[in-house]
Amino acid sequence: MKTVNKALRKAKLLETVFKSILGLAAIFVGFILPVSIFISLYKESSLAIEHFGILNFITSTDWDPVAQKFGGLVPLVGTLISTFLATLIAAPLSIGIAIFLVELSPNRLKPIFSTAIELLAGIPSIIYGMWGLFVLAPLFGEKVEPWLQDEFQNVPLIGKLFEGSPTGIDVLTTSLVLSIMIIPFMSSVVKDAFNMVPPIMKESAYALGATKWEVIKQVMIPITASSIAGGLILSVGRALGETMAVTFVAGNVNQIPKSLLDPFTTITVALANQFTEADTAIYLSSLYFLALILFIMSFFVLYLSKIMLLRLEKKWKV
Amino acid sequence: MNVKLKRKIENTIFLSLSFLSASFGLIFLFWILGDLFINGFKYINIDLFIKDPVPPGMEGGGLKQAFIGHIIITVIGTVIGTPIGILAGIYFAEYGRNSKIAKIGRNIVDIMVSNPSIVIGAVVYALLVKPVGHFMGFAGGVALALLMIPVIVITTDEMMKLIPKETREAAYALGAQPWQVNFQVVLKAAKVGVLTGVILGVARISGETAPLLFTSFNNSFTNLDPTKPMASLTVTVFQYAMGPYDDWHRQAWAASFILTFAVLIASITARYIIQRKKH
Repeated sequence: MKTVNKALRKAKLLETVFKSILGLAAIFVGFILPVSIFISLYKESSLAIEHFGILNFITSTDWDPVAQKFGGLVPLVGTLISTFLATLIAAPLSIGIAIFLVELSPNRLKPIFSTAIELLAGIPSIIYGMWGLFVLAPLFGEKVEPWLQDEFQNVPLIGKLFEGSPTGIDVLTTSLVLSIMIIPFMSSVVKDAFNMVPPIMKESAYALGATKWEVIKQVMIPITASSIAGGLILSVGRALGETMAVTFVAGNVNQIPKSLLDPFTTITVALANQFTEADTAIYLSSLYFLALILFIMSFFVLYLSKIMLLRLEKKWKV
Repeated sequence: MNVKLKRKIENTIFLSLSFLSASFGLIFLFWILGDLFINGFKYINIDLFIKDPVPPGMEGGGLKQAFIGHIIITVIGTVIGTPIGILAGIYFAEYGRNSKIAKIGRNIVDIMVSNPSIVIGAVVYALLVKPVGHFMGFAGGVALALLMIPVIVITTDEMMKLIPKETREAAYALGAQPWQVNFQVVLKAAKVGVLTGVILGVARISGETAPLLFTSFNNSFTNLDPTKPMASLTVTVFQYAMGPYDDWHRQAWAASFILTFAVLIASITARYIIQRKKH
């Protein structure tokens, strides 16, 4: 009896030890890591927060390292513009790709096409940036943008979007590169959602004489709407924080772009280009403030997308 | 009849648009990979791997320091990130199933996967580089580990959940303790899947640039000491591509070619194994 008790106690002790080690790792990843990211960003940016004030910093367009005056409006707006345009390009294309992968592609070719789209997500972002700089920017600067200018210059309102000198290093090229980067994320979310639609619902619609497009539009898209929204928001979250793809082609000019052909800057571009050059405490602290804003923005955007995605999962997981 | 025709036309138009968007994606994929191949492959030579860079503007030299540095930083990241990621993944899969708090933690991990990597770089700069006073390869490894951990947690969690309940019950029926079930039965059964998560994580971090800019920085000489600034392929490509010299651009293309194909092969293999496990 005694030896059994002893063995049992030892086993229980071991269990406690293993469970605590696993629990510690989980707490580190799930709580300590995100919280300490927030705290250290806040601590580093506190100098700038005290000096400029939160509201003042976000609404100021100053960025003058010589005069030690910093404001975050310009990179913030740049981030929002490029993210918005990239999502605008990527959203319809991603849904189209998902429809193709689920409904149109021949069954035997499906894995090949899926892998090909996933490969786009696997290419390191610096490669997108370098390719954008060496290949896409010259093409846009010499061919595409002058053509766009000729076509749209005299159209009211739209013409304003194409003013300026076409260099290829601008909002348009950046948004396009960014959109190619986020397409695989969004299309894979939408594809998974489409695959979760019960076949019987599609078959019922076909039996009523619906065409393929009608089944997609009236059955599949409404059912998966929250996932599509979740995928859209996920790609927004990805685009907000993308650094290297943007840094090469944005131009790093501290101005709010007035046309699609203006060079500009984003939070990530400012960080990548200036972080190691920041020679004063307030300069570095202002950059940290930008990083904090970026972290909070993308955390909430990604949280929102997680909620949307969980909704569909709950609906069909009976 | 008119309505029927209209519906048919609408069907054709939208399905063609879907086809066109798929082509759009594929065109860019092959365009980028093609350019990498055309511009990168021809500049690959033995000097690239065995020589340090020559002074800027001169022809020749190689990127030995970047290849070695990249491998060292990635290994540091993997060694730190893998155990933490697997342990946390086991917790979420086995102990955290019925706990609300664990579920919140698990959702936060999902969010951390898409967290901007440049932010991680800035945080590691504040926590490691600033106190020490100089850039170092080790800090780069830590930044990469932090990026890799969520990827490994998620794959480990998913792969362990795929193991049927009966396997666990059989082990419990033999009198095994939970830790024995988790480590000696479930983890063993999910071994391949968990390893695949590690490969996926390595593929993810070996293409990262932004977190290395402020941590391991760069170095023009081969350096084996992780407490000193260390070059990496990605940061070197960034510097060379933005630089003014043609020879730099050529070497940037060659390095990008090698990096991209290594990363893609690793991630295709990992995804293939995971897909096969899931079905």
